[in-house]
Amino acid sequence: MTRALFIICSFLLVTSGFAADQSAVRVEPTNLQGPRVLEKQTETAVVRDYLEAWKSFDTALDQNRATLLDADFVGTAKDKLVNTIQQQSKIGIHTRYVDRSHDIRIVFYSPEGLSVQLVDQVEYDMQVFDHDKPLATQRVRARYVSVLTPSEVRWRVRVLQAVPE
Amino acid sequence: MKVGLQYLGLGFLVAALQPAFAQSGNLHMPKTVQAGSAFSIESTGSGKAVLYIVGPVQALRRDVQLGEPTSFPPGTIYNAGHYLAILTGPSSTEQSEFDVVPENKPAALSFLARPSRISVSLHNGITGAVYVFDAYQNLITAPMPVSFQLSGTASAPQTRTVNTRDGAAWTQMDSASKEGAAKFVAQASDVSSSRIIQQVPGDPCGLRMTARPAGEKIELQTDPVRDCSGNAVPDGTIVTFTENYNGTQSTVDVPLKRGIAKVEMPAHDGARISAATGVVLGNEVRWGKQ
Repeated sequence: MTRALFIICSFLLVTSGFAADQSAVRVEPTNLQGPRVLEKQTETAVVRDYLEAWKSFDTALDQNRATLLDADFVGTAKDKLVNTIQQQSKIGIHTRYVDRSHDIRIVFYSPEGLSVQLVDQVEYDMQVFDHDKPLATQRVRARYVSVLTPSEVRWRVRVLQAVPE
Repeated sequence: MKVGLQYLGLGFLVAALQPAFAQSGNLHMPKTVQAGSAFSIESTGSGKAVLYIVGPVQALRRDVQLGEPTSFPPGTIYNAGHYLAILTGPSSTEQSEFDVVPENKPAALSFLARPSRISVSLHNGITGAVYVFDAYQNLITAPMPVSFQLSGTASAPQTRTVNTRDGAAWTQMDSASKEGAAKFVAQASDVSSSRIIQQVPGDPCGLRMTARPAGEKIELQTDPVRDCSGNAVPDGTIVTFTENYNGTQSTVDVPLKRGIAKVEMPAHDGARISAATGVVLGNEVRWGKQ
């Protein structure tokens, strides 16, 4: 009985901690251009991997560790983020991106199934630090266009680009 | 120095051409900058300060003199995205947001064409998808026309023009009725990318066989096997000959060689012999007197 209660309490602690760390995510109904049908399972995987990419992006730019991008980014997006990390390290800053909300809509699934494009109305806090001294904090609301491509076991972000609203 | 002055002049010019400016206290700057173009940021006050420009895809730092414009020559900020400019002076910190947008001129296409090998005469069997990028590998999200053309040796080219949405465009094309290589080209402005699509014969459309005596055996031979468009079905395609005689059945699988299949089978009076390939059943031959 005691053991069962402990397990339940542990579960609640873990889940409440997890929830506090989560951003609000809304996935809009897909409005696809293209002939290929997007299965629900694929849509779920794409959104899950995209949100995980945001997490690794947040951590990598906060800690200036490019290797944290390896699992979730590929191609141009990865190159650009790695470049930013190198530039941040060089000028002695790091940046914390805390994503508050995502409003995601998948807009294109290429006919051969090798890319998915989504747009995300994202809201995040951007904090810039000079070493450990806070320089600035800004609440940003931006529209991101992202292209993901399938890799061995997951979708990886190939393009991640903010565009003016 | 001369180059510096040119940059400075260009910076003022470009900044002056921007339709809108962001202003936050001491910071005065364009709200939107085209990737790779020159621009300048103006500040008020006096003394030295540090200007940071930080975004997810680029970060830089400049020592600046307050009250003087800070010019960024062409190619300084080239990755499209949302940026924060932070000016830390001796007594205060100012910040302002701005966007870097892609160039309008395409420089590279990411062209996905499928399949690389396809049967002839398939409606909408060939697909192409394109993402359009500028010279800095920014996705050009402003709509622009992309033309797709599929041209082969035996048929008139198919052309479609599609406007991009958020940087992507796609199309579908029919494979030609004649076998052979087709060139699939996507073009945006003066940038193009091409892929080769191999169009191969489809499934056999009909099968006809003839039989003639060859000693104690029957020599069976098909006519040249073709698809429904008249293309020769590739050598190696299997034709199955089946002989039924007196309640027993024997089959022989023979690959096409030079378009035909040929085999010898036992000559039994009253035997019924048929040939098939894929889903196509050919004619039946009854051998002998019975």
